[in-house]
Amino acid sequence: MNLRDTLEISLKTVVSYRTRSILIVLAMALGVAAVVVLTALGDGARGYVVGKFSSIGTNLIIVLPGRAETAGGFPGALLAQTPRDLTLEDAHFLGQLPQVKRYAPLNVGVIELAAAGRLREVTVLGSTADLLPVRHMKLGQGSFLAHGSEYSAQIVLGSKIAQEFFPQGNVIGQRVRLGDRRFLVSGILAVQGESMGFNSDELVIIPIGHAQSLFNTSSLFRILIEARSRSDIVSAKESILDLMKRRHDGEEDVTVITQDAVLATFDRILRALTLGVAGIAAISLAVAGILVMNVMLVAVSQRTSEIGLLKAIGAPSSDVRRLFFAESLWLSLAGAVLGFVLGQFGSLMIRLVYPQLPAWPPVWASIAGVTIAILTGILASLLPASRAAKMNPVKALAGR
Amino acid sequence: MIRLTAIKRVFKMGDQDVFALNGVDLSINSGEYVSIMGPSGSGKTTLLNVLGLLDRPDSGRYELDGSDVTDLSETEQARVRRDKIGFVFQSFHLVPRLTAEENIGLPLILSGVPHSERQSRVNEALRGFDLVDRAQHRPAELSGGQRQRVAIARATILRPTALLADEPTGNLDHKIGAEVMNLLESLHHAGTTLILVTHDRELGARAHRHIAMRDGEIVADEK
Ligand SMILES: Nc1ncnc2c1ncn2[C@@H]1O[C@H](COP(=O)(O)OP(=O)(O)O)[C@@H](O)[C@H]1O
Ligand SMILES: [Mg+2]
Repeated sequence: MNLRDTLEISLKTVVSYRTRSILIVLAMALGVAAVVVLTALGDGARGYVVGKFSSIGTNLIIVLPGRAETAGGFPGALLAQTPRDLTLEDAHFLGQLPQVKRYAPLNVGVIELAAAGRLREVTVLGSTADLLPVRHMKLGQGSFLAHGSEYSAQIVLGSKIAQEFFPQGNVIGQRVRLGDRRFLVSGILAVQGESMGFNSDELVIIPIGHAQSLFNTSSLFRILIEARSRSDIVSAKESILDLMKRRHDGEEDVTVITQDAVLATFDRILRALTLGVAGIAAISLAVAGILVMNVMLVAVSQRTSEIGLLKAIGAPSSDVRRLFFAESLWLSLAGAVLGFVLGQFGSLMIRLVYPQLPAWPPVWASIAGVTIAILTGILASLLPASRAAKMNPVKALAGR
Repeated sequence: MIRLTAIKRVFKMGDQDVFALNGVDLSINSGEYVSIMGPSGSGKTTLLNVLGLLDRPDSGRYELDGSDVTDLSETEQARVRRDKIGFVFQSFHLVPRLTAEENIGLPLILSGVPHSERQSRVNEALRGFDLVDRAQHRPAELSGGQRQRVAIARATILRPTALLADEPTGNLDHKIGAEVMNLLESLHHAGTTLILVTHDRELGARAHRHIAMRDGEIVADEK
């Protein structure tokens, strides 16, 4: 029997046992769809986190005073000894390092903001012009802090602050007062919402010099640095630590966090998670495979006399084997295709319902799901097909 | 040309040996019309199975058309079965999912007859067995006589040298059975060796040679 006839006859058989075939195809399809959808979810979660991280800046290096107790961890718990402060001068020196593209010193405080007859405490960021690109902020209106001046009387308002103080609009050029100092509104940040613990809609930004005077300090909260490229991050970190050690009399008393390292950790965890759920879904495929095997075994025993007949009219065992083999190949192929389509559709629905989650099924998962389904089908058919092929024709004809 | 020599076929039933064939010697020439009769359990079906290479004897030799086929491999036996033997069974053994014409065409597929040639040969068979208007029907939609005609058409579509019929009318009423017998006999007239197992004395008598079996042995062989 040639290949085409084998495929044709087995397809006819699959189609004629409709209920049985639909059940198997569905079981297979659900397994494949589970692989596709679950990996889409896992990868979507990864994409979401990675996206969140890069939204605060790319190739970002954060320098903060004090030494983290544990290497690589977040500098929450500091050593008891008081660390030396970071200064604007430190920031300028760091800015001269070859791996550094740009940097922004940062101070944070809470001060009363007065404008248009209203009064309210706001979070104030003191920084420089480069904060905008380093921190990936977007301007809604006007202009950001001017380059080269640490004492210009400019202020940039978060969108919500602007709305609150000047509900009638026309904000640019308005006078506001922070503590005892006056500023002119030069720009409004675009609406961005909460990102990594900061709500940029509810803060105001002024030049670093003013901020230090207002907060009555000469130290910095932290220094944000953007490395020239991703590959410069590691050497930049070394150079920064080295330079700070020299400037601080050989004392290593700053902490350098690279966003890259944090990101890589999350990336690794979420990749592992995705693989894990893919594995669990693949197990459901194996279960479907056992179902296929059972159903095929039942089919073989139900069609015993037909197998006998085929042998009586001259079909060699190999033909009988191939017929059953082809049958389960059709079933698993249909299951794989349907599962792939269902999985893609499911992922699409997730993306529609949760637009912020980039739940695109990874290509490897789709390929793996479909391949595993077909392999499972093939494996599951080996035993039933060989049982059919080995049947004694006389007994089979008698239905035994 | 069929030649069996000292064929034995033993089945174990519990700790008892049942000699379904107990030393059978038999020669049948091409084109003969032979009936095999005997009580139930006398070994008739087993003999047909051995003749049709469906079953292997435990001892003895089998020569078919001048060559020894006793020790052929399973695959070689399947080929001989396909090309030289046609089986007709009491219970028809049609594939229920396939239409009449698909059932008839099965041997053509097995022997690799090209697609283009198949339909014309199936059509010829449908005409020959008066099944043209039943071509697209499945076995469940056919009468008993029609089913047996489909089975005979399938058994003969590759023009076998021998047709082995095991109680072919056993499931049919008298009138339909007679029609099926006429059909088989017309095939014999066309040159096919016809070996007929039957319970029915009247039908058995229509053959040109009568073999009687008992307890796995041939007890009479008359022309
Ligand atoms: N597969 C088998 N296993 C055990 N005994 C069998 C088997 N096939 C046939 N027999 C026994 O062999 C004897 C002959 O059987 P069979 O050839 O079917 O007789 P008949 O067709 O003349 O009725 C019977 O006793 C039967 O029980
Ligand atoms: Mg019998």
